[in-house]
Amino acid sequence: MSSIIIKGGSLFGEKVADLAVSNGKIVEPSSVGSDAVVIDAANCIVLPGLVDLHTHLREPGRENAETVLSGSRAGVKGGFTALSAMANTLPVADNAGVVEQVWRLGQATGLCDVFPIGAVTEGLEGKNLAEIGAMADSEAKVRVFSDDGNCVSDSLVMRRALEYVKKFNGVIAQHAQDPRLTVGAQMNEGEVSSQLGLKGWPTIAEEAIIARDILLADHVGSRLHICHLTSAGGVELVRWAKARGIAVTAEVTPHHLLLTDELARSYDPIYKVNPPLRRASDVQALREGLADGTIDIIATDHAPHPSESKECEWQEASFGMLGLESALAIANMVLVETGLLTWRGIAEKLSINPAAIAGYGDHGSDLSVGKAANITIIDPKREWRVDRDLMQSRSKNTPYHGMQMRGVARDVIYRGSVVLRNGEVHNG
Amino acid sequence: MKHLLSISDLSKAEALQILDTAQELSRISDAPVKKLPTLRGKTIVNLFLEDSTRTRISFEAAAKRLSADVINFGAKGSSVSKGESLKDTALTLQAMGADAVILRHSGSGAAKRLADQGWMSGAVINAGDGTHEHPSQALLDSFTIRKHLANGTGDLTGLKVAIVGDVLHSRVARSNVLLLNLLGAKVTLVAPPTLLPIGVESWGVNYSYDFDATLSGMDVVMMLRVQQERMSDFYFPNVREFSGYFGLNLDRTRAMTNNSIIMHPGPMNRGLEITAEAADSARSVIVEQVTNGVSVRMAILYLLLAGANEVAQLAEVSA
Repeated sequence: MSSIIIKGGSLFGEKVADLAVSNGKIVEPSSVGSDAVVIDAANCIVLPGLVDLHTHLREPGRENAETVLSGSRAGVKGGFTALSAMANTLPVADNAGVVEQVWRLGQATGLCDVFPIGAVTEGLEGKNLAEIGAMADSEAKVRVFSDDGNCVSDSLVMRRALEYVKKFNGVIAQHAQDPRLTVGAQMNEGEVSSQLGLKGWPTIAEEAIIARDILLADHVGSRLHICHLTSAGGVELVRWAKARGIAVTAEVTPHHLLLTDELARSYDPIYKVNPPLRRASDVQALREGLADGTIDIIATDHAPHPSESKECEWQEASFGMLGLESALAIANMVLVETGLLTWRGIAEKLSINPAAIAGYGDHGSDLSVGKAANITIIDPKREWRVDRDLMQSRSKNTPYHGMQMRGVARDVIYRGSVVLRNGEVHNG
Repeated sequence: MKHLLSISDLSKAEALQILDTAQELSRISDAPVKKLPTLRGKTIVNLFLEDSTRTRISFEAAAKRLSADVINFGAKGSSVSKGESLKDTALTLQAMGADAVILRHSGSGAAKRLADQGWMSGAVINAGDGTHEHPSQALLDSFTIRKHLANGTGDLTGLKVAIVGDVLHSRVARSNVLLLNLLGAKVTLVAPPTLLPIGVESWGVNYSYDFDATLSGMDVVMMLRVQQERMSDFYFPNVREFSGYFGLNLDRTRAMTNNSIIMHPGPMNRGLEITAEAADSARSVIVEQVTNGVSVRMAILYLLLAGANEVAQLAEVSA
């Protein structure tokens, strides 16, 4: 593994300095020889590699939509050096065997770290706890548990799960959705759903679970992470909990920071996602929640689906949209260019904080000497147009097809190896 | 006008053109030979993926009176029941040269999907999509109202229409609200709070939870069908209580004033949202709605499928 020197980039968008890499670590620039690979990072932002806490990689079981390899390529293309594979695979990642399989698939690709998330309950059914301890002790060392796609709706099961993961400082990532209030739900409940005759998914169904789980986490003294927050009311609840010192963290997806329920008027299920796109006022509250620190991270909820799952009637279509390859550009456009966050802030939301929540020790670094060399070099001015036929993902269900974006991950270094160079994914 | 998907796609002039054309075509229905050669050689597919009798038969009669070839395609026993997607069904109909597809579907927005996706080039007519819209029903309802209460011409300015019952799940209500607003009528929705949609305040209508208080002064009382499956979802305690508060019975029929009329899109649940006395009363125009449905659907097919010259000719004849 040869040495690398990154010249003239702006670290965290704050200070222009050279950064050197050798043997998988960040080293003093003066210590590398003249044979080092030189990456010119002038006019670029240098951040610790991005970390996604919410990725659907579909393997095992739905390899027609995505594999660990294709998802890793999409991640690297998007600037990520760590992904967190959600548990809703077939079979479900509710035991040590499946999480170790996913972990090993990730290691074999060698493009980025793939950390499996374990199911909270057997089969994601919300009834009996999955083998949480065995998954934590496995080779995959799972620390984040989620039934994502389903809500752990039973109050007692949720309480026990929160308590149980304290044993190894784990965290429960809750998909907050009261199932009884969302039977058959298709989109945000509001004026648009009423006009379209599509069954509504009210924000209260999210907020009621968030409120309950905040109180449960406080009561048992455990860590709670709220997946994909979508509503202004949810932001208020998390703000209240943090003010009280409750150990809650929250995430928001790029699509909930950009898109609204008005898009459903097309009846094009490319915009069908769970939780659903909300109103413009919610989008604004989510952006402000990120800026003031109420929301800790941006996570993609990258959810690949084959074409036939979207080329159909709205009700028939699957929920979910691609996210890995567009997340950084959206963060740039809606947060940096609007002045809501600095590049330091982006590093926190897309790398440092998710790594801290999940305990990914080699990620989200301060780029100081001695740290693992997981680095993303960003060209913030580069304009590009989203083309669903040119995605690294095996699926094409991006809601941004044809949209002009600004900002792109140009180069990615993963554990000292260049895995993305000038936008081209290497090896794998 | 390429398709008929939603009343919201129509201008007032277009809506009135459909009603006026239906007025002309209704003469055919009274003639000894109920047939025009206008759509000879055109293929119209009745794609009814949700059970329906009256709407399918009405469109079929309309198409046949205009001499079109009609193919009926239902879900049961067809490729759709074997899991064929809407896309593949559409591609098949395109390959067979369908000039128009009349779609009834349980999914809201299905007709728009069929029209927008480029799967087929023919006209798409929405014959009811889920809980979204049923535009031809609203057009035949306005046609019927106009005939009785506006001398059969012009718009419906000033007329007061109550739409009563399960508004939340009603595609008939959605299309009627849009069209009646477009034509200048004043609409009041009457339902228990559980069966009014969220955000109804933005619909440009009045709404009431009290049927008796709204009856007086109404020109039209339009009852909606209550689906059996609503019984199990806590929208109201039981049928008796619903009928008591929101059913049209003999007492309420007597409380109606002036020349007001009773409408229902059918099929009726006699004894639930409407009693036999009300349905069969002198104020009821329910059977006539069915007759008018054929004329209105002839007008829709005529305007969508006939050449511009033929439409102009009809306009000249009626001028």
